[in-house]
Amino acid sequence: MSKLPNWRELATGGIVPKGGNSDEKDVSGWRTYRPIHDKQKCINCLRCWIFCPDSAIQAKDGKITGIDYKHCKGCGICAAECPKKVTAITMKLESEIKKD
Amino acid sequence: MAKFESLTGNDAAAHALRQCKPDVAAAYPITPQTELMHKFAEFVANGKVDTEVILVESEHSAMSAAIGSSAAGARTFTATSANGLALMWEVVYIAASNRLPIVMPEVNRALSGPINIHCDHSDSMGCRDSGWIQLFCENGQEAYDTVIQAFRISENPKVLLPTMICFDGFIISHTNEPVAMLKDEAVSQFVGVYKPDRALLDVENPYTFGPLDLPEWYFEHKRQQVEAMRNSFEVIESVGAEFGKLSGRPYGLMDGYRMEDAEVVLVALGSTCGTARVAVDVAREQGVKAGLLKLRAFRPFPIKQLRQALSKAKVVGVFDRSISFGIEGGPLFHEVRSSLYGGKQPVIPFVYGLGGRDIRVEQIAEAFKTLQQVGKSGAMDRDVEFIGLRD
Ligand code: SF4
Ligand code: SF4
Repeated sequence: MSKLPNWRELATGGIVPKGGNSDEKDVSGWRTYRPIHDKQKCINCLRCWIFCPDSAIQAKDGKITGIDYKHCKGCGICAAECPKKVTAITMKLESEIKKD
Repeated sequence: MAKFESLTGNDAAAHALRQCKPDVAAAYPITPQTELMHKFAEFVANGKVDTEVILVESEHSAMSAAIGSSAAGARTFTATSANGLALMWEVVYIAASNRLPIVMPEVNRALSGPINIHCDHSDSMGCRDSGWIQLFCENGQEAYDTVIQAFRISENPKVLLPTMICFDGFIISHTNEPVAMLKDEAVSQFVGVYKPDRALLDVENPYTFGPLDLPEWYFEHKRQQVEAMRNSFEVIESVGAEFGKLSGRPYGLMDGYRMEDAEVVLVALGSTCGTARVAVDVAREQGVKAGLLKLRAFRPFPIKQLRQALSKAKVVGVFDRSISFGIEGGPLFHEVRSSLYGGKQPVIPFVYGLGGRDIRVEQIAEAFKTLQQVGKSGAMDRDVEFIGLRD
């Protein structure tokens, strides 16, 4: 608590006074399910990359390179959008992963 | 010599708004505010002002649109009354806490129910803790003058709070009175161009507006609102003085009538102060050393100045045009009595004029007599007295 700005130092009106700062925030704790990506199965159609609402699917040169777990909130959209015949993304309970 | 026009309070406020050249207006009609927006929309339709008018489906939407527009960096106003204000409720608080300098004429009308369209102050009083500046007006001239000052007060960087200009429904809003208008050019120079520090449409400097404010942040933001209210005292006074230089009509936080040697003082808001001034003269002829303290700023509430102004009074009566159920006296009474805490003079509650019930000179003169008797008896506690009620 002591590191947080006092009321005089804080920007007024409850705003966040600069852009692009959501990148700094770790929201991994919001997740109940974690998407697990299988590179073997993936056909790199990029549907998951288009649909992820948090831009957490990482891609380079047209290929999926991984998932940004600091910002993925575990909504499962990527898994739902992955073509049925491929199913390269599966959602796994965080609590079970932690047990492993 | 100023040139006078014959204007209703609503038309006077609409002219003031036109002269302040707002970028955006968002409003929904409700009696007795309707004619104000009607007149303003006419100015827009006739090319007298180039404000973008957003027609919305409810008052909640009106204030929401005003919030979006103000956050985008536009000078914005809306206007409402009674149940319209009640429907806005949620977003009235958000406008203040997001520190948006929205200006809102609030044409005072009784809250339902039973349904009533006439004047009392229950609507404004209901949101006295919402974080808005609330300035009460006595007549159409004050409504006109206060609208113009409101933009300057709200937009001051030390304040950045929305302002409600409260004036009595029908009594002021629909009554023709002589109003001295300033020249368009003089008003636009006085209010100046609105240059917000931050605007959502300023894409070079992006920021996040309205994010979730969790327990480790919310309290500090409330404290900032307290500071803005404290700063607003000085700003209201300096803007009022500057306006006085321009128009010959200076304004402050309050205004006294025959207060120099007054022993029996009445505190009131709004149009009743005009009637009360005559009643002071009548009471004086009847041997009561009467005085009137007209309060202009209800939020911020000028405790120190009020205490100073009432320091010589032997007894103080407070006229509330709204009621607080479950406690004796209305909101104004409680603020005044709390301001005088520790003082020796009795502070006596009156409630009058609910739902537009008329208040007459004789009734106020009678109240002065009652006050004088209470002053002599020294009784500190007294149940509220209802003036003009069939008992
Ligand atoms: S689970 Fe949701 S947030 Fe996470 S990567 Fe998939 S689509 Fe994005
Ligand atoms: S949707 Fe499935 S197949 Fe397509 S890129 Fe994403 S993980 Fe690979």
